[in-house]
Amino acid sequence: MKMAGGVPDIQLRRITTDSDIVAARKLGRNIAESLGFSRPDQALVATAISELARNIVNYAGKGEIQIAVIQDTKGAGILVRASDQGPGIKDLSKAMQDGFSTGNSLGLGLPGTKRIMDEFDISSQPGEGVLVVAAMWCKP
Amino acid sequence: MAVRVPILQQNRRLIASIQEDLSDQEILDLQSRLLDMVVTKGVTGVIIDVSAVDVLDSFSSRTLSEIAGGVYLRGAKLVLVGIQPEVAMALVLLGLTLKDVETALDLDRGMALLDRSGA
Repeated sequence: MKMAGGVPDIQLRRITTDSDIVAARKLGRNIAESLGFSRPDQALVATAISELARNIVNYAGKGEIQIAVIQDTKGAGILVRASDQGPGIKDLSKAMQDGFSTGNSLGLGLPGTKRIMDEFDISSQPGEGVLVVAAMWCKP
Repeated sequence: MAVRVPILQQNRRLIASIQEDLSDQEILDLQSRLLDMVVTKGVTGVIIDVSAVDVLDSFSSRTLSEIAGGVYLRGAKLVLVGIQPEVAMALVLLGLTLKDVETALDLDRGMALLDRSGA
C-alpha cells in the first residue's frame, strides 16, 4: 500500500457505538495532523467526522467511516466516506436545511458538515442507506 | 476504559476540567454527577474547563448547554471556560453558538465572573 505522510492511504472504521465516534474523529485528526493541516483545520475535519459518525449511530445503528489520503495538483487532502445501510433519507434537500432533523439531534449535522468541508456530496435512497463523501484540502 | 472527569470542590464552587476527548456516555456521566453535587454540596457556582478539548460536536455542545440549564434550575451558575480558538470556529460553522451558556477565556476570568454575580 502506498504511504503518504507516514499514514496508510485508506483507513476504515466500523461505527456502531458512541466510543466509535470518538475513535473515528481521533483517527481523522491524526491523519490531518500528519498531512500538515493547520490546527483549526484539524479541528474542523475531526468535527465533521464526528457529525457524520453520529448520524450513522443515531439513524442507521451501524455503518462505516473510511478516511483516505488524497492527492491532486493542489496538494494533499483528506477524503471522508461515511456509509450505512440504514433507513436512508426521504427528502435530501430538506435534510440539508439548517434546523431540520428527524432524530435525536439538533439537525445541524449535515448542513454543518457541508459548511466545514471543501467538498461535500450526499446520496441516499429510502430503505437503502446513506452515503456521504466529503473532502478537505490541506491549505498552504 | 471509561473516562471519569474529576470534579474539584473549592468552597461553594465546583470545577470540572475535561482533559480528554469524551464519548457521549462519559459527558452524560459528568452531567449527572455535576447536577447531583450542586444540590448535595450546596454549590453556587460551577466551572467547566474545556481548554484541553480539541473537538466539541453537536452532541457535546448541546449537553454542555443542558448542564448549564440544569445548574441554573438548581439555583447555581455555570461558566464554560477555555474554549480553544479552533473549537470556537468549528462550533460557529456548525451553527452552535452556545448562546445560553456563560463563557470566559480562562479559569481566572471564569472565577471573576462568578465573583461578580455573587455565585
